[in-house]
Amino acid sequence: MAANITKRDFMKLAGVGGGAVFASSLPGYVSSAAAAQKGEFYFVQLSDTHWGFTGDKVNPDPKGTLPKAIDAVNALPEKPDFIVFTGDITHTTDDDKERERRMVEAKGIILKGLKGHRIYFLAGEHDASLDNGAAFKKHFHKLTYYSFDHKGVHFIAIDNVSDPKALIGEKQLAWLAADLKKVKKNQQIVVFTHRPLFDLAADWDWATPDGQKAIDMLMPFPHVTVFYGHIHQENHFMTGHIAHHAAKGLMFPLPVAHSVPKKAPIPWDAAAPYKGLGFRGVEDQLKDAEIEIVEFPVVKA
Amino acid sequence: MIGLRRIAIGLASAVAFAAIAAATATVGAAPEPQTIKLTVKKFEYSLKQITVKKGTPVVIEITSQDRQHGFSLPDFNVRADVNPGKVVRVAFTADKAGEFDYLCDIFCGDGHEDVNGKLIVEE
Repeated sequence: MAANITKRDFMKLAGVGGGAVFASSLPGYVSSAAAAQKGEFYFVQLSDTHWGFTGDKVNPDPKGTLPKAIDAVNALPEKPDFIVFTGDITHTTDDDKERERRMVEAKGIILKGLKGHRIYFLAGEHDASLDNGAAFKKHFHKLTYYSFDHKGVHFIAIDNVSDPKALIGEKQLAWLAADLKKVKKNQQIVVFTHRPLFDLAADWDWATPDGQKAIDMLMPFPHVTVFYGHIHQENHFMTGHIAHHAAKGLMFPLPVAHSVPKKAPIPWDAAAPYKGLGFRGVEDQLKDAEIEIVEFPVVKA
Repeated sequence: MIGLRRIAIGLASAVAFAAIAAATATVGAAPEPQTIKLTVKKFEYSLKQITVKKGTPVVIEITSQDRQHGFSLPDFNVRADVNPGKVVRVAFTADKAGEFDYLCDIFCGDGHEDVNGKLIVEE
């Protein structure tokens, strides 16, 4: 069973610290913003920074947006347990040297700006699809898929971009099956990936052709949440009991699927700079695997 | 006896001829496939729009002019790898009216998101 989740369905909005708290009444979510104050830990998700992109009509501040987002992360009242970048850290180019230069530059800005933070990187197709992840492995993370544990939660990074056909692939799926064998049935699982694992809009390239295989493997576990990027906007979707949350990007927003005849970046709004861009904090209550998502803008209005 | 046998053979032949004629008429009534030639390169398809009539069998012949691309038309469950130097044919029947996106689904570079087009199926 799959279902679009609308804010009307389950979310209520409350302003907190320049961001917005989305709290759900569904299992897997807390029911009030106040509960965020009691959380056991939280992490920050940044996505689709597209370092190297140029296009004044879309973002006249391409070199300033990421640093501003980093400043906003550093201004959070509490230091997150870790930060995850869910892909498309760089904007691709056919020039291999320039592509690597962008990676080195982006990594330098991130590591300097977020010094002292624990950071996890995932690749997007712009980082990895032209060379099957070779440059990403060299500059960001030695593996494109991996898992780790934090405070009893099992985190899994799934790579659906190193294959230019956006396949997870049988080798990685076998690894995932073996990894899940180590997870206790009631243990909370959080999945990071770049593209949606489900068919959000295959005709807009917003899908993972074999993503359903990964979802099927995760289905036996009652507490699973997926965080991804790629679509440059918030989206909340359920496949059965598994919630999938897409994050805003940090270079340009994209329209809702099929809301316009052609997929294209939303033009910059001079009256509302950085509109549609942002990052999120994810508060994990641990108890009952409750998760709360807090959306933050790049700059405060 | 011989005369009756000849008449029986003649009737059988007539029935068979009529059946063949009917079969021929049925084949002749089927719509002719519409063949469309499409090329792809970084970062565009040669046709941004393809228009066909509903009910038409469609064959799209696709050629890449540079590197590997994909052709995907999800609403009709059609997709193929398109490698340079080889014509790829995809076939389907345009059995529903509307506008449908086709796209390259193999990441091909900076302008990958621009490699797409629309199939318009008219009533």
